[in-house]
Amino acid sequence: MTEKTLFEIKALYRDDFRVTGFSFGEGEKAACIVGSMRGNENQQMYCCSQLVRKLKELEEKGKIKNGKEILVIPCVNPYSMNIKKRFWSIDNTDINRMFPGYQEGETTQRIAGGVFDAIKDYVYGLQFASFYMPGRFVPHIRIMKTGFEDVELAKKFGFPYVILHTPRPFDTTTLNYNWQIWETKAFSIYTTTTEEIDRTSARWAVESVLGFLQRMGIIEYGGAAGYVSKVASTEEMITVRNRTAGFFEGKVSAGEHVRKGQILACIVDCCKGQIVDEIYSPAEGTLLFAHAEPKAYQNTAVYKIIPETEEW
Amino acid sequence: MITTVVKVKLPVNESLEIKKMRLEPEVKSCDKRISIVTGIHGDELEGQYVCYQLSDYLQKNIGLLKGTVDIYPALNPFGIDSITRGIPAFDLDMNRIFPGSSEGDMNEYLASQIIRDVAGSSLVLDIHASNIFLTEVPQIRINELHEKTLIPFAEEANVDFIWVHGASTVLESTFAHSLNTMGTPTLVVEMGVGMRITKEYGNQLFKGILHLMHRMGIWSGEDPEVRKPEKSFDHKDVCFLNASASGIFLKNAVHGAYVKKSEQIGAIVDPLSGTVIDEIKSPVDGWLFTIREYPVVNEGSLIGRILYD
Repeated sequence: MTEKTLFEIKALYRDDFRVTGFSFGEGEKAACIVGSMRGNENQQMYCCSQLVRKLKELEEKGKIKNGKEILVIPCVNPYSMNIKKRFWSIDNTDINRMFPGYQEGETTQRIAGGVFDAIKDYVYGLQFASFYMPGRFVPHIRIMKTGFEDVELAKKFGFPYVILHTPRPFDTTTLNYNWQIWETKAFSIYTTTTEEIDRTSARWAVESVLGFLQRMGIIEYGGAAGYVSKVASTEEMITVRNRTAGFFEGKVSAGEHVRKGQILACIVDCCKGQIVDEIYSPAEGTLLFAHAEPKAYQNTAVYKIIPETEEW
Repeated sequence: MITTVVKVKLPVNESLEIKKMRLEPEVKSCDKRISIVTGIHGDELEGQYVCYQLSDYLQKNIGLLKGTVDIYPALNPFGIDSITRGIPAFDLDMNRIFPGSSEGDMNEYLASQIIRDVAGSSLVLDIHASNIFLTEVPQIRINELHEKTLIPFAEEANVDFIWVHGASTVLESTFAHSLNTMGTPTLVVEMGVGMRITKEYGNQLFKGILHLMHRMGIWSGEDPEVRKPEKSFDHKDVCFLNASASGIFLKNAVHGAYVKKSEQIGAIVDPLSGTVIDEIKSPVDGWLFTIREYPVVNEGSLIGRILYD
């Protein structure tokens, strides 16, 4: 394992800002795995730290294939992680809205540019991503429809679902989008949580990434085969919203299969304690996402359902 | 008349309301409507003064009004109330969610209802105040896609500068882009600095709005003379000054001044060691239309912008 500084800037009163990468094997730039870009992405960084541990063990056993190099960057934004602020410390900009970056530009453009220069030539690009809405996901792979997406390859992670996402205007400045434009096969990996560490889904994700690297001929690994992935697009998904604001009492969790008409949650008046809204499933399917905050604003997307019939 | 544009109930004993003031004569002789909009970013307050001035002045001179004036002083009331640039609780830039969706979440719904209300105006001015880091001379920024429609309006708005910039996919989700795409001409005004009110700039724009209203036939009262703005149609004639190092920026140059090549704009210093880290000098002769206001800089922070002579 080689530890290297991919980008750094000097600060006035803080230690230098450093983006550190951990490299395994030598040769073709085979795979790059990126963890947290925002200060609250603990789960994303945790997954990468576990990958670093496992890849180090594999390298010591000679299991990284000759002529292949893997780079893991657990954290692109240590400054925000260390002060528990989601975005950049001074101007609140989001590094994942600055790609491909600009080395002569503003600070977060420079960070994005410096990091992108170091990672844009990898064959496979994997990012542990997070969603801006507070909630829990079923672990899945998400790819953007850019014309360069490779759905069959995404299935090789062995996750239960591959979600196809049509980019919105602001997606064009994300790492995943730009990786694809630069012809890296790019995938976003969603585990269950963001701030909170969920060791179970982290282990699942790490095993899936190692399984993928094995199937791509980059490492030798004898992990589990995983799922036969189902492919769904964000357009197919059914969003369930609450009509009234209040305390959110969820009755079901992400990953559960629900029937049409099944009660999913209640909304409770924050002052009077009575139920003011009951939320029922509009269709049969699997809950990809479930809201996980004590309160819900009116019309919040509290569940996302992949419509499907349960097969036994 | 003050009306509610959109209202949603919040979880705990409160509703979020976006309001507007509609001013019109009892008998309208002009069908045109001008909308003055501000407060998308909660830390930009320059537009508050303009809205106040306009509402106060027009109510006192309502007999001279021929058409309709809509004033929306706070599109992001939570942001203004909590000194937050984006939408509090969501960490979301409100100017990246337009045109919104009536079926979407609370913020998308708010955005869609705002657009529904403002769309169809003969002209919209969306007043911004840069951010807390930079001071700007009164200027109008125009996406090149809408240049032909908007420049004739912008030239009459009494601003110092018109900046036509290239199209960018990211900007497609802004309030102004959404309206311009729908055929409602919308000018983006940037002036002053975040968290402050610069009366001088506010008065300048107020006069510009009266002049525009006069030209459009909405207003038959005073028609102030307006200044001829500088124009830039390309980033190539704008020089960007970025911090070469992190430190404390001390400003020397006067905002809005013409600077000579090699003239000192300011310095980045290290108070701990008592040393000057870098002297910021102008690389060109030109007009310093943007200058950094907030002293703490990281490497790369924007220090200023100069329009080449």
